[in-house]
Amino acid sequence: MSGRAPLPQVLIAGNPNCGKSTLFNALSGGSAHVGNYPGVTVDRSSARLRRGTQDIELVDVPGMYSLTASSPEEQLAVNALTEGDTKAVVCVVDATTLQRGLYLALQLIESGVSVVVALNMMDAAERLGLRIDTERLSELFGAPVIPVVATKRRGLDALLVALDEALEPASGSQGATVTYPAELEADLAKLIPVVAQWRSETPRSQLRVFALWCLLSLGDDSLRGVPDDVRRAVHDIREDADARGRDVDLEIISSRYAWLDDALSQACSAEEPGPSWSERIDRVLTHPIVGLVVFAVVMFGIFEALFAGAEPLIGAIESLTGFMQAQAAAILPPGVLQDLVVEGIIAGVGNVIVFAPQILMLFLFIGFLEDSGYLARVAFVIDRVMKGVGLHGKAFVPLLSGFACAVPAVMATRTIERRRDRLVTMLALPLMSCSARLPVYILVVGTVFAGQSLGWFSAGAVALFSMYTLSVLVTLAAAAVIRRTVLPGPAPTFVLEMPPYRWPSAPILWLNAWRRLRIFLVDAGTIILAMTILLWALLSFPKSADVAEHYATERVRVEQMAASEVEKAEALRSLDSQEAAEQLGNSFGGRFGHAIEPALRPIGFDWQIGVGIIGAFAAREVFISTLGVVFGIGEADEENKPLRQALRDARHADGTPVMTPLSGISLMIFFLLACQCMSTLAVVRRESGSWKWPVFLFSYMTVLAYMASLAVYQGGQLLGFG
Amino acid sequence: MRPSLADLPLGQHAKIASIDCERRLSRRLMEMGLLPGTRVRVVRVAPLGDPIELRVRNYSLSLRRAEAAKIVVSPEDMV
Repeated sequence: MSGRAPLPQVLIAGNPNCGKSTLFNALSGGSAHVGNYPGVTVDRSSARLRRGTQDIELVDVPGMYSLTASSPEEQLAVNALTEGDTKAVVCVVDATTLQRGLYLALQLIESGVSVVVALNMMDAAERLGLRIDTERLSELFGAPVIPVVATKRRGLDALLVALDEALEPASGSQGATVTYPAELEADLAKLIPVVAQWRSETPRSQLRVFALWCLLSLGDDSLRGVPDDVRRAVHDIREDADARGRDVDLEIISSRYAWLDDALSQACSAEEPGPSWSERIDRVLTHPIVGLVVFAVVMFGIFEALFAGAEPLIGAIESLTGFMQAQAAAILPPGVLQDLVVEGIIAGVGNVIVFAPQILMLFLFIGFLEDSGYLARVAFVIDRVMKGVGLHGKAFVPLLSGFACAVPAVMATRTIERRRDRLVTMLALPLMSCSARLPVYILVVGTVFAGQSLGWFSAGAVALFSMYTLSVLVTLAAAAVIRRTVLPGPAPTFVLEMPPYRWPSAPILWLNAWRRLRIFLVDAGTIILAMTILLWALLSFPKSADVAEHYATERVRVEQMAASEVEKAEALRSLDSQEAAEQLGNSFGGRFGHAIEPALRPIGFDWQIGVGIIGAFAAREVFISTLGVVFGIGEADEENKPLRQALRDARHADGTPVMTPLSGISLMIFFLLACQCMSTLAVVRRESGSWKWPVFLFSYMTVLAYMASLAVYQGGQLLGFG
Repeated sequence: MRPSLADLPLGQHAKIASIDCERRLSRRLMEMGLLPGTRVRVVRVAPLGDPIELRVRNYSLSLRRAEAAKIVVSPEDMV
C-alpha cells in the first residue's frame, strides 16, 4: 500500500461457512494477494478489480457472526469499516440460515456504510422449500439484496451492478432502523458525546452505532486503542444497568433480532424445512459406532498420506537437491564459494522446498474437510477427548499431523478460532514424534539394541513403541501445563456451527493450498534459508591452515607410495574423511561441542554427539550425516554399518564406551523432546506473529529434553544399568 | 430447579428461558440467535457423550454439556 494512493476498498464480509471466500474468488478470478493484517496474525486476502474507469480493492474479511469484538482479531472488521478507505461492503448471507446471516448485515447497514447483501446458496434454499422475497427484503433493509450462487457463478453480474451503484458518491444504506428500549436510548444519549470526542472524524449519524458497539464490546475485552474515558463511561452505564436489573447486551441483541424476525415474517415463508440430506448423512457420520469408525478411517487416511504418500515426493526433492549440489560442485572450483553454494544455499533451498509436498497435501485435506463440513464433525466427535487437556476439538487434526511433520501441523492450527487455543496447540504439538526423528531412533536402536530382545519382542521395537507412546503423553501433558501456566484464561468454549454438508470445489481447494504453500515458502522459507547458511558457517569456520597443510603433505606422501591406484584412491578418501572430521572438530560448532561436553556427560553424551546435536538443528536427520563427518566416515545414513561400529567403538576419556543401551535411550529421549528443528521455529514465528513464542518453544523443549535425559541416565546408572 | 438444555431429551422442542453464564459466552450465544423465547431442540449427542448438537433458527450448533447446562429452557409439550 505504501507509496501508491490507496484504492477505494470493498469489503467482503459474512458468517463463517457462508461461501464468502468462494464469492471472493469468483469475483477476483483467483488473482488474490495474501498478506497480513498489521499487528495480528490474520491473513488479509485482497484483489484488484476494475469497475468502469476506476480500480477497487476487494478485501476478504475473516468470517464473523457479528461486529462485536473482544479481541484484536475480531476488531479487524470494525477497524476496516471505520478507519480504512472502505466505500462499500458486500455482506454474504447463506440463504439457508437467513436470520443469523442477516444479523450481521443489519449491523453493517446500521453503521451507515453502503451495503450490498449477496444472498448466497439460493439453490440450496430453494431445494429446502424456503421462499424468499428479495425485493421485499431490499425495501425493508434499505439495501440491495441480490440472490447468487457463488459456486456456480450465478447472479454475479447483478451483484456487480448493485456494487457499482453502491460505490456512487453519497449512496449509503437507508432505513433498517431498529427500535431499542427507552432506557437504552437514554444510555446512548449519555455515551455518544464521549464517543464523539474519541472519533471526531466519524460522521454524527454513525456515532450512535459506534456507541452501541462500545456498549456491547467493552468490559471484558482485550481491544487495542480504546481511550480510558470511553471505557469508564461504558463501565458506569453497565454498572448502573446491572443495579437496576437490566441486561444491556440482551436489550441490544434482542431488539435487533426482534426487528429481523418481523422483517423476515414479511419477506419469507416461515415453514420449518424437513430433514435435509445433510441431516441424513449426519445420522451416519456422528453415529456412536459408525461415526467413530469413519472418523478413525478418515484420520488414518490423512496420516498415511502425510507419512507414506508424501515420501516419494520428498525423496524426489532430496534427490534433486543432491543432483543440484553435485552439479554446482562440478562447476565451481573447490573452496569456500563452492562450499557456500553447495552446503549453504542449495542445501538451504532444499530444506525449504522439502516441506512442500506435506504442506500441499495437508491443506488439500483440511480444505476438503473444512469446505465439505466434516471438519466441524471431527471436532464434534473428538472434543470430549481434547477437552480433558484444555484443548479445542479442532486441535485434533493439527496434533495428528504432528506425527508426520510439525511444520504443516503448526500451519494447520489456523482452523482453530481463538488465538489462545491456537497458541497452546502450536506450542505443544512439536513434541509429537515427527517422521524426522525416526532415522535417529533407527540409528540408535541399530547401534545399541542390535539382536537383543525383551521377552517375545525385539528390544528395538519396544524402544520405538515407547518413544511414540511417550510423545503422545508428553504432548497432551504439555498442552495441559501451558494452558494453566503460560497462557492462562478461560477454558476454550466450544460453540461451533455444524454447517450442512457440501461438495467442495476442486479449484478453490487447490487455490487455498497453493496460497498456504506460498506463504510458507516466502515467510518461513527465508528464515530457514538464512539459518541453514548460518549453521553451515558455524560448522565450516574457522578453517585450520595447519590441518589443511598436514593433510596436503599426507596426500603427497600417498601419491608417491608404491601401491596400486585402487589402494591409493582408498587411502586418499580416508584422508579426506579424516581431514573433514578434524576441521569440523576445530570449527566454531566443534569447539562449542567441546565446550558443552561437561554438560553433556551427565546425560551420557560426548562432544562428538554434541556436534551432531548442533548440526541437527538444521533438521533432525542431519544429525546422522554430521555424525558421519565427526567420526571421519564421510557420507552416512541411519543404516550405515561403519557409523554404527564407530559409535559402538567410541570411548570416553576414561575408556568406558559412549554408546550403551542406557545412553542410547537417553539420546532418543533427548531427540524426542528437544526442539531440534529450526523450520518449526520459523513457522511458529510466522504463525504467532512474534519471536517470543519460538524462543519460548525452543527453551522449554530443550530444558525438558535435558532434564528428562538426565533423569533417565542418572537414574539408570543408580539402578545399575549402563 | 428448571431444566437446562443439557437435561433436554433428544428431539424435544423447548423455548429458551435465560442464559446464565459469563458475559463473553452469553453474548456470543445471543448474537448467534439463542435468545429468551427462541425455540431450540437437541438433535444429536456426540459418540463420546459430549458435546451436543442443537437445532436453532434453521441451523445446527454444537455446544459442550457444561455450557448447555447454563441455558435454562422451558420444554414444550411433546407432540
